[in-house]
Amino acid sequence: MKRRPLLKSAFAASALMLSGLFPFTVQAAETIKVGILHSLSGTMAISETSLKDMALMTIEEINAKGGVNGKQLEAVVVDPASNWPLFAEKARQLLTQDKVDVVFGCWTSVSRKSVLPVFEELNGLLFYPVQYEGEELSPNVFYTGAAPNQQAIPAVEYLMSEDGGSAQRFFLLGTDYVYPRTTNKILRAYLKSKGVADKDIEEVYTPFGHSDYQTIVANIKKFSAGGKTAVISTVNGDSNVPFYKELASQGIAATDVPVVAFSVGEEELRGIDTKPLVGHLAAWNYFQSLENPANSEFVNKWQAYAKAKNLPGAAKAVTNDPMEATYVGIHMWAQAVEKAGSTSVDKVREALAGQSFEAPSGYTLTMDKTNHHLHKPVMIGEVQEDGQFSVVWQTEGPLRAQPWSPFIPGNDKKADYAVKGN
Amino acid sequence: MPTLLYRMLLSLALLLPLTSHAGDAADFVAASPARQAQLLESWAAAPDPARLPLLDALQNGRLVGDIAKQPFIEQDGRYVAVEDAAQPQGIPKKLRLNNRLRGLLATTQASHQLLDQDSTVRLAAARQLQKSAKPAQLALLDARLAAEDDKAVRDALALALANLQLVDSDPAVRLAAVRLLGESGEPLARTRLEALLASAESDSRVRKAAQTSLSQVERRLLLGELLGQAFSGLSLGSILLLAALGLAITFGLLGVINMAHGEMLMLGAYTTWLVQGAFQKFAPGYLDLYPLAALPVAFLVTAAIGMALERTVIRHLYGRPLETLLATWGISLILIQAVRVLFGAQNVEVANPSWLSGGLQLLPNLVLPYSRLAIIGFALFVVVLTWLLLNRTRLGLNVRAVTQNRNMAACCGVPTGRVDMLAFGLGSGIAGLGGVALSQIGNVGPDLGQSYIIDSFLVVVLGGVGQLAGTVMAASGLGIANKLLEPQIGAVLGKILILALIILFIQKRPQGLFALKGRVID
Repeated sequence: MKRRPLLKSAFAASALMLSGLFPFTVQAAETIKVGILHSLSGTMAISETSLKDMALMTIEEINAKGGVNGKQLEAVVVDPASNWPLFAEKARQLLTQDKVDVVFGCWTSVSRKSVLPVFEELNGLLFYPVQYEGEELSPNVFYTGAAPNQQAIPAVEYLMSEDGGSAQRFFLLGTDYVYPRTTNKILRAYLKSKGVADKDIEEVYTPFGHSDYQTIVANIKKFSAGGKTAVISTVNGDSNVPFYKELASQGIAATDVPVVAFSVGEEELRGIDTKPLVGHLAAWNYFQSLENPANSEFVNKWQAYAKAKNLPGAAKAVTNDPMEATYVGIHMWAQAVEKAGSTSVDKVREALAGQSFEAPSGYTLTMDKTNHHLHKPVMIGEVQEDGQFSVVWQTEGPLRAQPWSPFIPGNDKKADYAVKGN
Repeated sequence: MPTLLYRMLLSLALLLPLTSHAGDAADFVAASPARQAQLLESWAAAPDPARLPLLDALQNGRLVGDIAKQPFIEQDGRYVAVEDAAQPQGIPKKLRLNNRLRGLLATTQASHQLLDQDSTVRLAAARQLQKSAKPAQLALLDARLAAEDDKAVRDALALALANLQLVDSDPAVRLAAVRLLGESGEPLARTRLEALLASAESDSRVRKAAQTSLSQVERRLLLGELLGQAFSGLSLGSILLLAALGLAITFGLLGVINMAHGEMLMLGAYTTWLVQGAFQKFAPGYLDLYPLAALPVAFLVTAAIGMALERTVIRHLYGRPLETLLATWGISLILIQAVRVLFGAQNVEVANPSWLSGGLQLLPNLVLPYSRLAIIGFALFVVVLTWLLLNRTRLGLNVRAVTQNRNMAACCGVPTGRVDMLAFGLGSGIAGLGGVALSQIGNVGPDLGQSYIIDSFLVVVLGGVGQLAGTVMAASGLGIANKLLEPQIGAVLGKILILALIILFIQKRPQGLFALKGRVID
């Protein structure tokens, strides 16, 4: 007998909740919801937190100019906590519960691979702002970071050139996961095509969070006695600090063995005393030190934002390549929505092809007509004493991305446009 | 028109001294990077002491050029003209070097320093030239060797010369050079001898001597490598020991499964960072001493936090290991997030003071970094201190009494609650000291503790719960085993294999390496 009233009140409650929801959905129609999927805790928080803040700044900037199609953007921030399966759950939550029109997020390739099926199943739209290994081209993802031919290969070309020190031997050092392994596979094939013998290439991997680089640095030293050596580092995250500290304390200077890193930017150098690292290299598509009006405006805006929002470490706020890629991605998406006159994923996808934007790198970046990647310039920077990079070499203009690297067998048969399940 | 003529004459007059070295700086500033490299190479072959200030300025990044390509040296914010140039036009820009130029510059500087009065400077220069001398410098080295009177410098120069003489046309010179190289322990000597043996060396005596020299060099190198491996094992062991020592007290003696132990390390490291910041602000002159000042501060801070935790949370959970595990794990998450909110998710920069930077060059291929030497010494110091505290003081006696038999100790008048608190504080404080040491070699970020907590538990469990000596043995054993395995099978597999071995060992011997004897275990 007691069940009935309980059932009744449950009905009443749910009806109340529904009616309570109604005004909310009406209000939500006034704004465009934008999901932000970056780890704010766990190992990747070091890199991803600033991307979340950069996304919020860009959204604020677009809103201040009147929003998109007359509607304000509303950011929905979630924290996948550096936990790869949680990325997929949070992505599903963003798309089905929060009903966002677009998601900006992910850093590691593992997290991107984890959310990919969700975006393809629900026809969502993800902007991925970090350089990566390629070998992927989904209709539901736009890649605003570099593909291997826009970062890794030009960097190796530079090392082999006279100005780069004419390196003959290569020590490929990486963290043990999909990005370094694939990049090194591509690089090994590339080096072979340039006539570098197998005995002159050494490939070493360490676990995530590895902190003892004594043996590896000693091996680099030994290896470098056999000829002019360069280290190509795809070490990711926290491990970079002990690696560079060990290099410095064992007395390996950049003039003897230069290290070129693909995942070390201004943000990562904030945690290191950079004096012993002067001369080591990084390859990116953007550096904070670039001198052009668009960049100084971008840097000033970011530093003012960091100060206004009282972000931790705001006094020394720096910009880096993935932050620029986030900024460019959000603006391009907004432009495409304006052009399409709608936030529908299919229409926006169409409108994004060929979209261009004056990026802080000083170049007008264009979204490729077919392959969902940006055309980007490549720059090699040297670490300076103040933790900034000075550009020592750059491509003449933006390069088209090759997500399917020609140095991996079988890729010549892959289509250069987005296909589901690739 | 007259002004144009005048200008042309003036520029001619300016160009004239370029042929002599008086125009070197102007030449260099105006040159393209490729030409700059050529200039450095030609200077290296014909050193001139007058050029040294220019090279030094270049190396320190103080050489600047204005828009008219006139060279200046920056001194305390002022621009001093290098040659007869007068006032800088516009804002002079610093000359940027790339790695190739930096390498050449080092060689050029070294060949200029061979003319120095001070024999230690000459020795360092000769050592540099052993690595990087170019065939164009052969005549210079020959001349300097003949003029040199210091024995050590002579030897170093002879070796630098021998490197170049390997391709001499005279077999007798080659033979002497090969023999000399055999005396060196340089990794580069091996490569050069191997290259000689692989080349079309026709003289059989030279070939034979090269073979002997090569095996000599290889023996020396092997010695350096083995010592290096042993040292890195010891160093890893000392780091594990510092990380685990606090846990040996909180978990080992008190039996608290303290998942927040890693966060005590992290807090110790953050304290170091704060102390460094305070020194930068208030006593920049004594900045180098900050790690020493950080030690007591870190100890007190982490000990206080540990005692507060013990009084508020852990005390209520004695005898309930599962709840303790969950509660301390929760505390660890709270501490991590608190640090993240306070100081940010990014790593903070803890710089090594100058006396902890660099290393001790024992053999040509063996450098012992000062920071690691200091950590080994510090680990020993902390172990001795802890041992003395536990075995030679009243507090230590009480701690041992309480852990052996709480009720009996209480009956004898030991204030068990107070002893628990102090012991937990001691364990946390030692973890804080470990944090200071860890900040010198690795990351300082909110997740610092997470990467050490598993290793710490491994060390304590392997060593035998409640045994200080066991912890020391286990830490150094694990360190050395890790470093022996790493070169053979790689860091990833090595770590897995070590874990597997420990699991097998614990299966066989659950009490660890050293077991408490008698009836003390309840």
